[in-house]
Amino acid sequence: MELDGNSLAGDLREVFAADMTGVIFTCAGCGHAGAVATLRVWEPAPGLVGRCPNCEDPVLRLVRTPDRVFLCLTGATRLEMRLETDT
Amino acid sequence: MKNRRINWRVATVADARWETSSARTLVLDVPDWPGHLPGQHVDIRLTAEDGYSAQRSYSIASAWSEGGRVELTVQRLADGEVSPYLTDVVEKGDQLELRGPVGGWFVWREKQPAPVLLIGGGSGVVPLMAMIRARGQVRGRQPFRLIYSVRTPEDACYADELRRRVRDDPGLDVHFVYTRKAPEGWPVPPKRIDVATINSHGWPPDFQPDCFVCGPTSFVETAADILVALGHDPTKIRTERFGGA
Repeated sequence: MELDGNSLAGDLREVFAADMTGVIFTCAGCGHAGAVATLRVWEPAPGLVGRCPNCEDPVLRLVRTPDRVFLCLTGATRLEMRLETDT
Repeated sequence: MKNRRINWRVATVADARWETSSARTLVLDVPDWPGHLPGQHVDIRLTAEDGYSAQRSYSIASAWSEGGRVELTVQRLADGEVSPYLTDVVEKGDQLELRGPVGGWFVWREKQPAPVLLIGGGSGVVPLMAMIRARGQVRGRQPFRLIYSVRTPEDACYADELRRRVRDDPGLDVHFVYTRKAPEGWPVPPKRIDVATINSHGWPPDFQPDCFVCGPTSFVETAADILVALGHDPTKIRTERFGGA
């Protein structure tokens, strides 16, 4: 089933102290910048992969085990986040 | 709401009601619920006796009020692993593991002054309904328009409430698009959402509306492409996609 980065909010919120769906990523593959919410996500998969909506390269990969989470961000050259948030 | 890490909580099903023959609203009691913004969702986790677990995201349908409950409207997916359990098995008094509220991008905040255009396909209307309810609750004066695409009149969630709100909530308009079967006397044959629909029933780009589009991927892409083609600022278009077409 095809989803988007909105569905990653809960898993990312376990790692980060603030909501990440509004964070702007820059894709390492094509340079496209957009909100994490707009990443393309396909389920089910052994891990969660957020792909660039422009070039479909993996931007973010997240794998959970019962007591650990592995987050790989080599597909993003930059994350840009607003400091003031109210969520 | 403070920024702190979130944990799974146990929610109790306080009530349940059918919205259509395949969509059911679960009313949940969640201890210490911190409140939520319309458009946010929760993750639900089901764990089988052998330890296998499955997790899905569901949009919150209700607006938050102090001490209020959380309502989710779940559409049964024929090949789903979680949704058929939530629509057909769960009963009042059952407990569910829940994490949330999460998400901060696909949300409407009452301090946003712009007019709002909501475009929903099927159960994609759920987070949009939370926005309409939140606006009603704070008596928001931002004009809202909802374009709601459904297969048939029987597939429309919240139909009675939407009719009532169009009457009682000043500045709210709702336009239905029927893709397979239209009601008797409907002026146009069934069709998918198109340029003419969004042009006629949305806001002109000059109004710089905040646009929220939610539905299956193909629906979201069609609607978002039309909005951009009509001249809407892509940064004012927020999308949430789920499931197959």
